[in-house]
Amino acid sequence: MKPLEILKTAIANSFRSKLRTTLTVLAIFVGAFTLTITNGLGTGISNYIDTQLAAVGPGNAFTISKTDTSGNPGSGPKKYDPTIKRVAAGGRPGSSQLTLDQSDLDKIGAIAGITGVTPVTRINPDYVQWSTHDKYQLSVSALAGAQPQLASGTNLDDTNSQAQLLLPVGYIVPLGFADNSQAIGQDVTIGITDATGTMHTVAGRIAGVEQDSLLSSSGIAVNKSLSTALTQAQATGAPSTAASAWTDATATFATSSSAQVSEMKSNLSAAGYTAQTLDDRIGTVKTVINGIIGVLDAFAVIALLAAGFGIVNTLLMSVQERTREIGLMKAMGMGSGSVFALFSTEAAFIGLLGSVIGSAAAIGVGTAVSGALARGPLSDLPGLHILAFAPGPVGAVVLLVMIIAFIAGTLPAWRAARQNPIDSLRYE
Amino acid sequence: MPVPILTARELTKSYGRGPDRFDALKGVSLDIQPGESVAIVGKSGSGKSTLMHLLALLDTPGSGTITVDGTEAKSLNGRRLNGLRNAMFGFVFQQFFLNPAASVLENVVLPLKIAGVGARERRRRGMEVLEQLQLADKARNKAANLSGGQKQRVVIARALVNKPQVLFADEPTGNLDSATGRIVEDILFDLNQNHGITLIVVTHDHDLAERFQRRLYIRDGLLITTDEEHAA
Ligand SMILES: Nc1ncnc2c1ncn2[C@@H]1O[C@H](COP(=O)(O)OP(=O)(O)OP(=O)(O)O)[C@@H](O)[C@H]1O
Ligand SMILES: [Mg+2]
Repeated sequence: MKPLEILKTAIANSFRSKLRTTLTVLAIFVGAFTLTITNGLGTGISNYIDTQLAAVGPGNAFTISKTDTSGNPGSGPKKYDPTIKRVAAGGRPGSSQLTLDQSDLDKIGAIAGITGVTPVTRINPDYVQWSTHDKYQLSVSALAGAQPQLASGTNLDDTNSQAQLLLPVGYIVPLGFADNSQAIGQDVTIGITDATGTMHTVAGRIAGVEQDSLLSSSGIAVNKSLSTALTQAQATGAPSTAASAWTDATATFATSSSAQVSEMKSNLSAAGYTAQTLDDRIGTVKTVINGIIGVLDAFAVIALLAAGFGIVNTLLMSVQERTREIGLMKAMGMGSGSVFALFSTEAAFIGLLGSVIGSAAAIGVGTAVSGALARGPLSDLPGLHILAFAPGPVGAVVLLVMIIAFIAGTLPAWRAARQNPIDSLRYE
Repeated sequence: MPVPILTARELTKSYGRGPDRFDALKGVSLDIQPGESVAIVGKSGSGKSTLMHLLALLDTPGSGTITVDGTEAKSLNGRRLNGLRNAMFGFVFQQFFLNPAASVLENVVLPLKIAGVGARERRRRGMEVLEQLQLADKARNKAANLSGGQKQRVVIARALVNKPQVLFADEPTGNLDSATGRIVEDILFDLNQNHGITLIVVTHDHDLAERFQRRLYIRDGLLITTDEEHAA
């Protein structure tokens, strides 16, 4: 029997007992639907996290600090050593952090693969104000290379000598703007206290308005020009040593494989620095989410396995029902291989039907629900589409279901194939 | 003397095991020449169908050998065996075994489908054989909606569609009235005389058996030389 003929006959056979096929398809439908939804959840959430991560900072950068070798952290206050410069670190009282100076930056820059090093300066402005409206507190998020999610306006331009900033969307109304678009291009005043307690003001132009996001704080982002101006204002009157001591630095590297990244990391740690990529810092969040999705997927696969037994049952009944027909076909010279192919094709076809209908329904329902959620309960997290469907994973689901169906079909198919023609024909 | 198309030597077949064991054939030997018409006659349960199934290679004997055209059947691999079942033998079973939901034509061309013949060619040859059996007008009907005599002709058409050299028919007129039975008999003898098909037919109708060139009498799984029942 030709393969095409087997396919046609198998499809025709699966429609011979419509009710039974429908029920089996329904069982597979549930499994495929669930698996597609959990998959969509995974894709949706990881898409969201990826864009959020991009808003926090670039993937190809390390945040570097000096490795503290003076003692086991948490074992109490450490002995003072006048040769090592420290700054007080937030958090545990008595804890402090080693600082980096220019020679450290040069050492880091010399490590193979590192393309640039910039010290991270903590800027602590006091307020922001537009024209004569009320003053508001603010913080500055200063991670170079971030790709913020803009609600309107344009991104910062580090090459521009004009001092620029991105304002979080929550500041628009308090500062006195009617809406986002009114804010774009306006100059605001930032107040900052220097080392001697004197208040300085620095002007900056609003380049864009940033969406609220999950991971980055609701600080303003500033371009190089504004950051320099603020740093200078803040450093007025400070001892010159303080201006050249930083808690961390950002080192960028060209896009690299994970092996190259870990080699750079080990080189840095050999030189006495602790380096973390963004993935290192946010990675745990992703791991937790992947874990949750893995569990959901497992439930979907359990549903599919149950559906698989449904297929076994359906096909065993078909084989039984068609015993005499199988006997007749074998008596007419149909090979065991063809009989096996006929029944396993039927199983795979039932699997295809169930999974295609299930996935299509999941995509339809999921897109609608996700859209409704994004407009309703999840509107505080703009950009989050909780369910996203990519062709790859959906195709993989359909394929997986077909494979499960095929495997489920092998037992009945094998039963049919090994039947002796005369015994089958005698079957009543 | 030409090579026999079928030879059987000391065929035995038993069903079941232990105390339930039943010897349906107890050592049957025979030769069938190409183009012959042979009737197998015997009482119900004497082993006629069992013998036919063995000769058509649909079942395997307990012991003994079957030779087809000079080749021993045991030496055939699965593919050759299926080829013989499909193209060399046509089998008309004691029951019809039609797929009631499929059309007459679909039922008839099943052996061609198994052989891998294309759809147009299948249709052409299916219609040809249906015409030969005066069933062309029923080609599109569902097999379930035919009369008994029509069904019997459909299964003969199915057995003939792949132009077999040997046609086995197990009680082809058993469940037909005498007039319809006569039509079916004439079809079979026409195939034997005008198309050179070797005919092996099981029957318990002695008038029908008389029309064959040769009769083999079987009783309790053994061939006997005379028709004692008829002689008595
Ligand atoms: N699968 C089987 N299991 C057990 N016994 C069987 C089996 N097939 C056939 N027999 C027995 O073998 C004997 C011969 O059966 P067979 O079908 O060959 O008879 P037959 O001569 O064709 O009879 P009929 O004229 O009624 O068709 C019978 O007694 C039958 O009960
Ligand atoms: Mg019989």
